[in-house]
Amino acid sequence: MRTEGNTGVKTRNENGPPKTAPIQSATFSNSINAEIRRAAATGLYDIRGGGAKRRVPQFDDLLFLGASVSRYPLEGYRERCDTNVTLGTRYAKKPIVLDIPITIAGMSFGALSGPAKEALGRGASAAGTSTTTGDGGMTPEERGHSEKLVYQYLPSRYGMNPDDLRKADAIEIVVGQGAKPGGGGMLLGQKISDRVAEMRNLPTGIDQRSACRHPDWTGPDDLEIKILELREIMAWEKPIYVKVGGTRPYYDTALAVKAGADVVVLDGMQGGTAATQDVFIEHVGLPTLACIRPAVQALQDLGVHREVQLVVSGGIRTGADVAKAMALGADAVAIGTAALIALGDNDPKWEEEYQKLGTTTGAYDDWHEGQDPAGITTQDPVLQARLNPIEAGQRLRNYLNVMTLEAQTIARACGHNHLHNLEPEDLCALTMEAAAMARVPLAGTDWWPGKSGTGF
Amino acid sequence: MQTYDLEADGLRGLNAALQSQTGDTNQTSWEIVNPKGSHAIAVGLDAPIEVNVKGSTGYYCAGMNKLATVNVHGSAGPGVAENMMSGIVTIEGDASQYAGATGHGGTLVIKGNASSRCGISIKGIDIIVHGNVGHMSAFMAQSGNLVVCGDAGDAFGDSIYEARLFVKGSVKSLGADCVEKEMRDEHIELLRDLLERGGCDAKPEEFKRYGSARQLYNFKVDNAY
Repeated sequence: MRTEGNTGVKTRNENGPPKTAPIQSATFSNSINAEIRRAAATGLYDIRGGGAKRRVPQFDDLLFLGASVSRYPLEGYRERCDTNVTLGTRYAKKPIVLDIPITIAGMSFGALSGPAKEALGRGASAAGTSTTTGDGGMTPEERGHSEKLVYQYLPSRYGMNPDDLRKADAIEIVVGQGAKPGGGGMLLGQKISDRVAEMRNLPTGIDQRSACRHPDWTGPDDLEIKILELREIMAWEKPIYVKVGGTRPYYDTALAVKAGADVVVLDGMQGGTAATQDVFIEHVGLPTLACIRPAVQALQDLGVHREVQLVVSGGIRTGADVAKAMALGADAVAIGTAALIALGDNDPKWEEEYQKLGTTTGAYDDWHEGQDPAGITTQDPVLQARLNPIEAGQRLRNYLNVMTLEAQTIARACGHNHLHNLEPEDLCALTMEAAAMARVPLAGTDWWPGKSGTGF
Repeated sequence: MQTYDLEADGLRGLNAALQSQTGDTNQTSWEIVNPKGSHAIAVGLDAPIEVNVKGSTGYYCAGMNKLATVNVHGSAGPGVAENMMSGIVTIEGDASQYAGATGHGGTLVIKGNASSRCGISIKGIDIIVHGNVGHMSAFMAQSGNLVVCGDAGDAFGDSIYEARLFVKGSVKSLGADCVEKEMRDEHIELLRDLLERGGCDAKPEEFKRYGSARQLYNFKVDNAY
């Protein structure tokens, strides 16, 4: 309490007019101001892992319309509701047959520790689904623990070789990813251990920035020839996926189909990355919800919906998300961040250590620094020893099983005996934005923005 | 010698036949006639056989080659010997863009000129070009050697890592972080061997060496463009 001089006169607070309350700017928020100060102090952009953290229209903005009089449901525990999916039926002699439509997205050895990759392989194999390599090549451990392994073909071509190509169950040509469509990967020096450096043919300890564009093809006409070459090398046996970041999903899907893809993998902006610029993660790309219908439309327009499978990723967390993505027309989904959380990423048991790193449970995203207390996004031998790959693999298997059961629960409630029979007519939207993006009616109406035949 | 008529019998049959050869095959010599610029000729080979392509090729001839010797008696389209692991690929004519891209090993000899991005992102291959190379050659080259007996185009060796570049003629411009380096005895000896393997009669002493200044290896304020 401030006094004026020593006269004992009370402050104006008590006798004068009321003061205004301090008001924080919505534009210059404390977090924005902190970033301005950080930028001013360092002169470098902020790098982090994960996907977009901003609120975007998403699967929670959709609801299912369960069966009632007009449709009848299936018995929750007794009646059959299948979950299997086959990827690569268009051209591959040996398509990938999965028990569940939830795959593990590409994450590199390098970005993740060896035990984390092993745990992903164990969990996915136990649940009857596939895992995917990442930038940096295929490790023997990963191949050994993954019953079905998708081998990524990336712009950097780190570790790319024909022997591993022939060992793979499918090839995923990575054109882009949702966290950074138009950008290449990063792996900073803290994580370029001797083994990672050897696999990538780089000097140990450098800050590696992967190329954003493939070195030997540009554009869809070249891609078609590249796919021909890969098919010839693999004797037309294995499926070829094309992965794109969600930006122009209609055209990118159509061009991938035209180039000869068996499967299109479409990754929205909530999809994670091991490391890239924060500005890239938050300001480039489309929300996953906005990607699905245009991609499905492209497949339908070309007459290949279900023949060329669509795998959707970016922010898939629950069986409800799986069911919603599939109702909008996806054949399967992929999870990355959610799988890491199931392994033990951002677990509250490490809160004390997160605090030491200047963060907190749920917000830890400095994966590029290689100091992950959970031992997942690190190459530090002491930290990575904290992750038991067998137990972590069991957690992932449990989580995949739960998501599958949840999706089946919804499908049965909507009267479907296969997850693929979910359809847009099973959905409504809670917001105008979600209605427009998903092209399903606003709840309680038969209308969505942009619906043909309406005035808006 | 086995002769395969690509026009008559098709690409799949050709690659299937070549890929089925193993280390102890007796069919060690193959001739491909009527290639007519087809793509993906002789890709994914994995045996010490010799393949002579009697004409020019399209994209990705000898892609991901291991052990085999592939001779193109004509010019090669984009991405010849891309991601080669071992073996020898020789182009009698010119090579289009991205020759030897991301190659991990083996030797690529181009008797004519190479276009842009020759040796892009190489990871251990040796490339010997008798003529010139186009712009952005050896972009992000990680390891291995690129020898250019003619001239190099713009932005040579941009963002290079540890690959060694040797040029006899002029370099139109160097890319980011690529600098001229001292030719020591060890480099002369290395280059002498490369020139011999490439069938070049140039003298190693006539070349200049280029490589990474290693200033982009770690993030700094000035690198963060």
